[in-house]
This record gives sequence, C-alpha cells and structure tokens, in this order.
Amino acid sequence: MKILCPVKRVLDPYVKVRVKQDNSDVDLANAKMAMNPFCEIAVEQAIRLKEQGHASEVVLVAVGPQQSQETLRTGLAMGADRGILVKAEPAPEPLGVAKILKAICDKESPDLVFAGKQAVDGDNNQTGQMLSALLGWAQGTFVSKVEVHDDHFLVTREIDGGLEQLKIGRPAVLTADLRLCEPRYASLPNIMKAKKKPIDNYTPEDLGVEVGHRLTLQKVEEPPARQAGIKVDSVGELVDKLHDEAKVI
Amino acid sequence: MALPSPLDADAPTWPEIRQGVRDLCARLPGSYWRDKDRERAYPKEFVDALTEAGYLACLIPEAYGGSGLPLSAAAAILEEVHKSGGNGAACHAQMYTMGTLLRHGSEDQRRAYLPGIARGELRLQAFGVSEPDAGSDTLSIKTTAVRDGDDYVIQGQKIWTSRAEHSDLMLLLARTTPKDRVEKRSRGLSVFLIDLRQHIGRGVEIQPIRTMINHATTQVFLDDLRVPVSALVGEPDRGFAYILDGMNAERVLIAAECIGDGRWFVDQARRYASDRTVFDSPIGAKQGVQFPIARAYAQVEAADLMVQQAAQRFERGQPCGKTANMAKLLASEAAWQAGDTCLQTFGGYGFAEDYDVERKFRETRLYQVAPVSTNLILAYLGEHVLGMPRST
Ligand SMILES: Cc1cc2nc3c(=O)[nH]c(=O)nc-3n(C[C@H](O)[C@H](O)[C@H](O)COP(=O)(O)OP(=O)(O)OC[C@H]3O[C@@H](n4cnc5c(N)ncnc54)[C@H](O)[C@@H]3O)c2cc1C
Ligand SMILES: Cc1cc2nc3c(=O)[nH]c(=O)nc-3n(C[C@H](O)[C@H](O)[C@H](O)COP(=O)(O)OP(=O)(O)OC[C@H]3O[C@@H](n4cnc5c(N)ncnc54)[C@H](O)[C@@H]3O)c2cc1C
Repeated sequence: MKILCPVKRVLDPYVKVRVKQDNSDVDLANAKMAMNPFCEIAVEQAIRLKEQGHASEVVLVAVGPQQSQETLRTGLAMGADRGILVKAEPAPEPLGVAKILKAICDKESPDLVFAGKQAVDGDNNQTGQMLSALLGWAQGTFVSKVEVHDDHFLVTREIDGGLEQLKIGRPAVLTADLRLCEPRYASLPNIMKAKKKPIDNYTPEDLGVEVGHRLTLQKVEEPPARQAGIKVDSVGELVDKLHDEAKVI
Repeated sequence: MALPSPLDADAPTWPEIRQGVRDLCARLPGSYWRDKDRERAYPKEFVDALTEAGYLACLIPEAYGGSGLPLSAAAAILEEVHKSGGNGAACHAQMYTMGTLLRHGSEDQRRAYLPGIARGELRLQAFGVSEPDAGSDTLSIKTTAVRDGDDYVIQGQKIWTSRAEHSDLMLLLARTTPKDRVEKRSRGLSVFLIDLRQHIGRGVEIQPIRTMINHATTQVFLDDLRVPVSALVGEPDRGFAYILDGMNAERVLIAAECIGDGRWFVDQARRYASDRTVFDSPIGAKQGVQFPIARAYAQVEAADLMVQQAAQRFERGQPCGKTANMAKLLASEAAWQAGDTCLQTFGGYGFAEDYDVERKFRETRLYQVAPVSTNLILAYLGEHVLGMPRST
C-alpha cells in the first residue's frame, strides 16, 4: 500500500502572530514556521502503518512556497520515504490545493491519502473533503483511530456527542484528528538520511492545474483587547446588569 | 516584525540537527529539570530520549554503528540542549569519552565496545583522572597500575569521577612508571578501560558526592583491582598524550554548552526586561538594565566564533590546543557574565526556583573550574603560546 500525505507549512502554533500595520494580513516576515500539527499527526500514523507492515511507501506532498521544502524535510526525518514539492506562491486556496493533489494522485496512484483534518492557519477544513470528491474516493474525516483491512479501512471518527465507526472502501482519503497519535521526534540517523531522500519539484502548470484565487482578503484586525471585569455585590445586582446592560436576559 | 531570536547564531551550523534536538527538548520543560535538581536525581528520561534518538552516537563512525559526524555536530547538539534550559552533563561524556578508545585502542577493543556504545546499551561516560591530591596537576596522580603476569593490579583513589554510577565502563588514568624513572615528564601514565559491571565490590567502590548542582559525581576507590592486560588502551606509559587530544574535544563541547547557557540567559533576560514594569516603564528601557544584557549578548556571540573555529580545527586534524582552550575560557566566562546579568535583571524573582535562572546560574558556574580551571588555561597560554617564563 502506498500512502500519500499532504503536509502544509504554517506559522509555528506556539508563536504569537501580529497583524500588519496596514491591516492587509498577518505578518509572517521572519516568523517561525513549522509543519501543521494535524499533518504531522497524519504523517506519524502513515509511518506507523509502514512500520506495522501495512504500507510499503510514504510519500509527502507540499503545496506552497519554496521554503515548504523544509516542511518536507521535517517529515522525511520522521521516516517518510520521499517528497514532492509543488511550488505555488501565494499558497492556493483549498480547492486549488485539492486539484493539485488530485493531479499528484493521478501520477502516483496511492491507496490512501492521509491528510490533517485542517491547517491551523486558516482553519478551513476543506481540502481533504474536496480531494475525495474530485477523486471520487471514499472519505473518513476527523479520524481518531484507524485499522487497515484487506479491502477496507475501519475508522473511528470524533463527532458531536460521541464516536462513530465507519467501514470505508479503498482507496480513500482520511483526515487526522488530534487524538489519533502523538508524533515522534526525529532521530539523528533519520535527520541525516532525510537530507539524501529525493524531493521532486513541480509547478501547478506542470500538472495542468489552474489555481486562480477566487477569494479576496479584505482586512485583518487584532481581536479587541478584553475589558477588565467587574465585581457585583449581590445576585440581584447581577440579574439587573445582565438584563439592563448586557441585555442577554 | 518578530524579534530576531538571540537564541540563534546568524548562520547556525547543522540547522536540521538543531531543530531535531529542540523538538526533543521541548518535551522536557523547566519543571522537569527543576524536579530533578531538587531531588538530585539522574535525568533518566532525558538521557534515554537522547540515546534512543541516536544523538549520543553522533561521533562514532558509521562502521561501528554511529552517525560518523564531525565535532561541530556534537557541539550543535549540546548547545541546543543547554539553550533549551536543560543540561547535558548527565550524558555528554557518552559522546566523547569513546574518542580515546576510537583513536588509540586496538581494533579488537573498538569492535568489542563501540557498537554497544553506539546503541547506548553500553555506557562509557565516566573518566577517572582527578585525584584528591592531583586535580590541575594531572602528572602528579598517585593511582598506580603494576604489571603482574597477564594482569595489571591497580591501587589508588579517584575523585570527581562523574557518572560512574551510571556507567558500565570507565576510562581510567594510572601511573605505570614512577615519576623519577621516566625519560620525559609526560610519560609514565597509562589509560585503562575498566569494566565496572565486573568490578564493583571487587576492587572498585563508588561513593557519590553531593554538590551544589545536580551532577552525578563520585569518588572511586580502587583497591587491588586486577584487570587483564587487554584492558590497556594503546601502549603503556603514553596515556597522557592520549587523553590530551580527547580533552580538546571535551573542551570544545563544554564550550558549546556554555554558549547554549549564555544564549538562554540572554533570551530570558531580554524577555523579562521587556515585560517587567517598575516606576511606570519597562526595566529594559533603562540603560542600567539594557546595556549589561546587550554586552552579555555580544560576549556570547564572540565566544561562539572561537568555539566554531576550535571545532573546525579539530575536525580538520589541525593542532587545536590553543583554540580549544581559549574557546572554553571565553565561553565559560561569557556564560557566567550572561547568567549574572540575567539574575540581576530578574531582581528578587531570579532567586525563586520557578524561573530556572538560579539553577542555570549554579550549573554554568562549574565550567570555569571543570574540566579544567581558568587559571590553568591562562598558564598554558602564557607559557606555551606566548612564550613567557614557566607559570607557577
Ligand atoms: C562537578 C564536577 C565534575 C567533575 N567531573 C570530573 C570527571 O568526570 N573526571 C575527572 O577526572 N575530574 C572531574 N572533575 C574534576 C575537575 O577536573 C577538577 O576539579 C579541576 O581539574 C580542578 O582541580 P582541583 O579541583 O583539584 O583544583 P586544584 O588543582 O586544587 O586548583 C584549585 C585552584 O587553584 C588554581 N591553580 C592550581 N594550580 C595553579 C597554577 N599552577 N597556577 C595558577 N592557579 C592554579 C586553580 O585554577 C583553582 O582555581 C570534576 C569536578 C567537578 C567540580
Ligand atoms: C531572598 C529574598 C528575601 C527578601 N526578603 C524581603 C523581605 O523580607 N521583605 C520585603 O519587603 N522584601 C524582601 N525581598 C524583596 C527585595 O527587596 C526585592 O527583590 C528587591 O527590592 C528588588 O525588587 P524586585 O525583585 O521587584 O526587582 P525589580 O524592582 O523588578 O527590579 C528588577 C531589575 O531592574 C532594575 N531596576 C528597577 N528599576 C530600575 C530603574 N529605575 N533604573 C535602573 N534599573 C532598575 C533593578 O535594579 C533590578 O536589577 C526579598 C528578596 C529576596 C530574593
């Protein structure tokens, strides 16, 4: 089984981001970037499936600027086999990414695409679903557990109010949720090996994909600073304030 | 714009390895080190993680199961550990003690030990040189090894033998020819590889020493310890020369740890100074606070250049005694300055354990004393580099 894992380069989730002076976007100049944590979880799961003998190859795909190569190297150091960089700047919207991934799937014919459920930058939560529609493959989103069987995957999904189990035919697109597994840290031998693993380069044009932007970003603002709270002396006063000032009751 | 991080050199060596070590250390926060420090406990989880990830085998050639990387890679690893707020002393010697075996041991010894050391199953991270009456003056050690048939019989006492309780093997320096019968002053000492697993309670007794830092250091008593001739590393009487080139590697790596400490202190200080408001403005705006931090930064960066230079010379096989010693001198002092500045910047809070500043401050103080004390480096520079009269 061949597994394809899309990996996205995003702002390091532990870094506090600032809004640009002209409110046109967030300021990513010199900011520390990292692999999207949900992609990292999917890569970890794919590597585990390989270690358990279910998969023979784990291929990473990054769509984005040239520096996304670092994100690929991070995944290769975890144990993935090779990488594909589709250079596209600015990064395409989810549909554009899904179209690019569809083209890569046509070339690579994976048995499973394992993506993150969403990227922590735009929180779009769309790419996996769109890819499954474009490919006409089954989808299992928000996966917190996966079992591989001969002709299907058995996945557990986290849904409102509980867990849902789905039997999904192969090939399929799965997207990883937080509790699926904990990503490993890379070992020194794997970091060194990762430098020698191949990365193929494409552009959307090479793949015959049109990635025009359909959305325009109007304005980005800092959330308003939180006002200090007040203390009330009695329940009566609280009810009055909720009614008269906050107007919530 | 995000602040450029003083945690990084302008062009850091081995960026991927550094990132890997940072990711690993991020799972061991300050509270982990604080708890170990309070209990004077061996940081086993940290040592296991570094071992499993292969970092401690970075200098062992690939033929023996390591990664075969140059010294600058090991320096980058240890710098990152210290820069993250941790401390490499629990296991840094597992990286470099094997160097003596690698460079001067027989092929049989290398095959017998290096693969196990590379896997981490065999711990060779104790090095017995210092004695109660011979710290700086190594040539005056009193521990003797006397040939008796196919054995050597070893008698004596070592002190400050760090990590002996956490080692399977110990490298030991002992006198094989009395001082008054050697043709050259530096001859007459030999290096032995002692298998502690066989000899604890049978010729070797280890007693821990409590110190101001969490450093698993000990006294080792050697009483009629009988080892086979095959325990000898290299030729008899040449041991001092063997350990000297190992010491250059050690100095570079300790210096890299100091650079990591220095960068951690500067980063903590600048953050605290930017946030802490006293008399209605951040203390970092006051030049009395700001300038010492800026100066500490400049000194750490300058020392790092010497560390990089020394590592490079070592890797190229060029003489590096001078640069390795200067690197250790400058880096240990820069780290101490940065630590003192950081503590001062934190005011009373620097003394509270929760900020880790007082712990790092205690820890970094060691490096002006061990593995070689500052005066001995200055004496070496004065006498052997600058050609002044013999320093006494
Ligand atoms: C925590 C810790 C861990 C250690 N780990 C190890 C280890 O694993 N293995 C090991 O073998 N050793 C170890 N050591 C020992 C360390 O290498 C020695 O402490 C160091 O070499 C200094 O020797 P000393 O303590 O005997 O000091 P001394 O030699 O007594 O020196 C005392 C002071 O006198 C100064 N001095 C001495 N001679 C001169 C001179 N000629 N000119 C000017 N000043 C001079 C020194 O600079 C120093 O300031 C460790 C020490 C410590 C504290
Ligand atoms: C062990 C210990 C015992 C103590 N015991 C007592 C006690 O019994 N009772 C009590 O009331 N307090 C006590 N203290 C508190 C002590 O007096 C304060 O820590 C000290 O006054 C410094 O205040 P601070 O810690 O808030 O530092 P800060 O005021 O935050 O100062 C931080 C740094 O900024 C510098 N700085 C501040 N303002 C300026 C400026 N305008 N220009 C230049 N530099 C500036 C300071 O010099 C310092 O280096 C104790 C502290 C400790 C550590």
